[in-house]
Amino acid sequence: MKQLSTKVTGNGHGQDSSYFLGWEEYEKNPYDEIKNPNGMIQMGLAENQLCFDLIESWLARNPDAASLKRNGQSIFRELALFQDYHGMPEFKKAMAEFMEEIRGNRVTFDPKKIVLAAGSTSANETLMFCLAEPGDAFLLPTPYYPGFDRDLKWRTGAEIVPIHCSSSNGFQITEAALQQAYQQAHKLDLKVKGVLVTNPSNPLGTALTRRELNLLVDFITSKNIHLISDEIYSGTMFGFEQFISVMDVLKDKKLENTEVSKRVHVVYSLSKDLGLPGFRVGAIYSNDEMIVSAATKMSSFGLVSSQTQYLLSALLSDKKFTSQYLEENQKRLKSRQKRLVSGLESAGITCLRSNAGLFCWVDMRHLLDTNTFEAELDLWKKIVYNVKLNISPGSSCHCTEPGWFRVCFANMSEGTLDLALKRLKTFVESTDCGRMISRSSHERLKSLRKKTVSNWVFRVSWSDRVPDER
Amino acid sequence: MKQLSTKVTSNAHGQDSSYFLGWEEYEKNPYDEIKNPNGIIQMGLAENQLCFDLIETWLAKNPDAAGLKKDGQSIFKELALFQDYHGLPEFKKALAEFMEEIRGNRVTFDPRKIVLAAGSTSANETLMFCLAEPGDAFLLPTPYYPGFDRDLKWRTGAEIVPIHCSSSNGFQITESALQQAYQQAQKLDLNVKGILVTNPSNPLGTMLTRRELNLLVDFITSKNIHLISDEIYSGTVFGFEQFVSVMDVLKDKKLEDSEVSKRVHVVYSLSKDLGLPGFRVGAIYSNDEMVVSAATKMSSFGLVSSQTQYLLSALLSDKKFTGTYLNENKKRLKIRQRQLVSGLEAAGVTCLKSNAGLFCWVDMRHLLDTNTFEAELELWKKIVYEVKLNISPGSSCHCTEPGWFRVCFANMSEETLDLAMKRLKEYVESTDSNRLISKSSHERMKSLRKRTVSNWVFRVSWTDRVPDER
Repeated sequence: MKQLSTKVTGNGHGQDSSYFLGWEEYEKNPYDEIKNPNGMIQMGLAENQLCFDLIESWLARNPDAASLKRNGQSIFRELALFQDYHGMPEFKKAMAEFMEEIRGNRVTFDPKKIVLAAGSTSANETLMFCLAEPGDAFLLPTPYYPGFDRDLKWRTGAEIVPIHCSSSNGFQITEAALQQAYQQAHKLDLKVKGVLVTNPSNPLGTALTRRELNLLVDFITSKNIHLISDEIYSGTMFGFEQFISVMDVLKDKKLENTEVSKRVHVVYSLSKDLGLPGFRVGAIYSNDEMIVSAATKMSSFGLVSSQTQYLLSALLSDKKFTSQYLEENQKRLKSRQKRLVSGLESAGITCLRSNAGLFCWVDMRHLLDTNTFEAELDLWKKIVYNVKLNISPGSSCHCTEPGWFRVCFANMSEGTLDLALKRLKTFVESTDCGRMISRSSHERLKSLRKKTVSNWVFRVSWSDRVPDER
Repeated sequence: MKQLSTKVTSNAHGQDSSYFLGWEEYEKNPYDEIKNPNGIIQMGLAENQLCFDLIETWLAKNPDAAGLKKDGQSIFKELALFQDYHGLPEFKKALAEFMEEIRGNRVTFDPRKIVLAAGSTSANETLMFCLAEPGDAFLLPTPYYPGFDRDLKWRTGAEIVPIHCSSSNGFQITESALQQAYQQAQKLDLNVKGILVTNPSNPLGTMLTRRELNLLVDFITSKNIHLISDEIYSGTVFGFEQFVSVMDVLKDKKLEDSEVSKRVHVVYSLSKDLGLPGFRVGAIYSNDEMVVSAATKMSSFGLVSSQTQYLLSALLSDKKFTGTYLNENKKRLKIRQRQLVSGLEAAGVTCLKSNAGLFCWVDMRHLLDTNTFEAELELWKKIVYEVKLNISPGSSCHCTEPGWFRVCFANMSEETLDLAMKRLKEYVESTDSNRLISKSSHERMKSLRKRTVSNWVFRVSWTDRVPDER
């Protein structure tokens, strides 16, 4: 008799993916400026390490928060006993206000509609348990975060059907792609329960345009399905534009308090914006009472430590801190992204024009031997083992076009980033493609700039904003 | 089309159970010595509030642990980024040693076989996902913790089949009850994957005897199934006897490193022994590599906050503290249990002789109008609404005999416990049953003592220990 469940014996955990394998390789030979200067540089981890100093100074000024005290008095006992799955009220209030602040206070979040979870990993899985069962599917635009295969499908039994997006329009979601995915699900005998998008996108680093958001809301309205908007990168938006949340769109379309609004759910986390993945803080926001109720009970399986809720409610309640943090975070991300982009350009490499996130979606199609995923994997292995950079191949993100890679920029020092780019440049120049580049670098750069402009023009033509605002 | 999953729309979350409803009533009218002296006294919450002073003293002497510092230096960044699902090595080591200490260092726990989880709620569910699927069942001795209906079945789709235990032998597990449960599962067309026991037992407050443990190990060996031993109350043993873990039995039967040992898993948590339910610290211990590997990946859905792992690894690494704590915890629990038992006796109420846990299993069968669960619920309502004590009715624990209640003693002050006993005594004296008692109280006490001795004799006849050692 089968002694272990198929969840154990299968590979539904998704960890055979190269995304995780590259991580393992890094662990064996990690770069260290002093101890291991020839080691692998980790560019596959979407961490935000740029603003810890801001939080550390706040902690130094507010020692009670971490020391389990309030006004100098120990509240250890109160926290030790606090296991209410409704979450700490002060914390949910502070979270709601932080989420509002990120959205320019244009929309409101009711703390009573927030369900806390142990990270967005837990939040996404819980939402899936609430909305889908075996035989059901969610549509996800590609490329998407590799972890979703585990988070959304593994223990829930739900399926993911991809909405194919292509570089021809900057990987934006189109109506045709949505319809095609919906029909594909039917062919596979799956019931479509909803669409899940990450906005800003991982791995693209771009925010969904208003056009795409409207399209999505219209689509779920007509199909009577759900929309989950994973907005965990909402505080990493550094472009000229404001972040447009699906909540903005509901408001602008006057759909607040309608049936549709009950099928729109937002997922949030403090792992990316605040750089606190270790503290395990995630949240589900839903207008559907039944979902809030069920998800709250399910959160028993992944509550946030009361010690952590207390610390962060103090941090986020400090509005002086939050506004300063959000502004500084934006600035630093922007300058770090620019550094990566120029470094790549000098190696003859472009990336998708991005305005958010902790990574760039890099175009290395011209470095492939053939336009195939095998070639992509070969290139990836060279970059991991020879160039010693752990970056994430597009195939691990279910991208339909070979040659794209996600490269993180916010999890290392400037010096390390420069070194990584130097190594990459050296590699490119040493290969065949590189020889072509150095020979006709001027022409190449010209055509690269043209390609950049083309991407730009494509994206703008799909959005309702004038180029200057981007 | 069904928009929400059946997990949301059904009541498999188990929260219609009276266990949770009594909790809700308490929330509406909670006792407070000063602000609400006539409120409901919470005796339905198995919390350990007796030793917070010991931990608070330790925290005051070791400010770095909560202050996110190591040797006076901030390690905030390191903790903020630490999300490795293998857990903080120092913490797992400290946890393994703590578990060994609780078992008198007779058995060893390998930190690499520990999987951390957000509380035993998460640990139990994760273990179930690893071992069972829809169509599978685990056998559980009754009465059992009401939360298991949610934790083991809700999202996993697994089933629970009860192993009926009765007061005739002090609710011990018998071979025939095991066989009967096994056959019942077959009749229900369920695949028995294993047995889950809580040792020490919730709600009984008793430890499994060596006889029962041997019986269980033999049974799972012959049926080729798993045994999960939820030992979250192992540090609350206050009787004369030592706690005998299933790990002790495997060692004594020379079954360590055998096939069987791979099917024995232990669940632990710091919520009961250390009184820290708010910090969400649970663990799975398994000798099966595949289970450890899969459970580790699944722990992504409920990781322990790094902030909390760090604090507790410092606490538990302090052997002076742990030695003092375990000793003092025992003493205080013993005194408090005695206070409850004598208070109950003064009201003419006996309970199952217990030697562990944070509660007593109280016999109120003589207070029932009829020997039915309806009568039990009637009595329970009176106790909640009139006597204003929230206690847990045996039916919510799936007890097969009406009239038993779980009453907690470690979550309130001595004075509050006295008040609760006073209220109960008044209630009993004022009812019909009581008219009989006050009339023939001498005879009644004699027959009660006889019943107590009978229970005692029954339990002893089933164990291999002489009465004096219990």
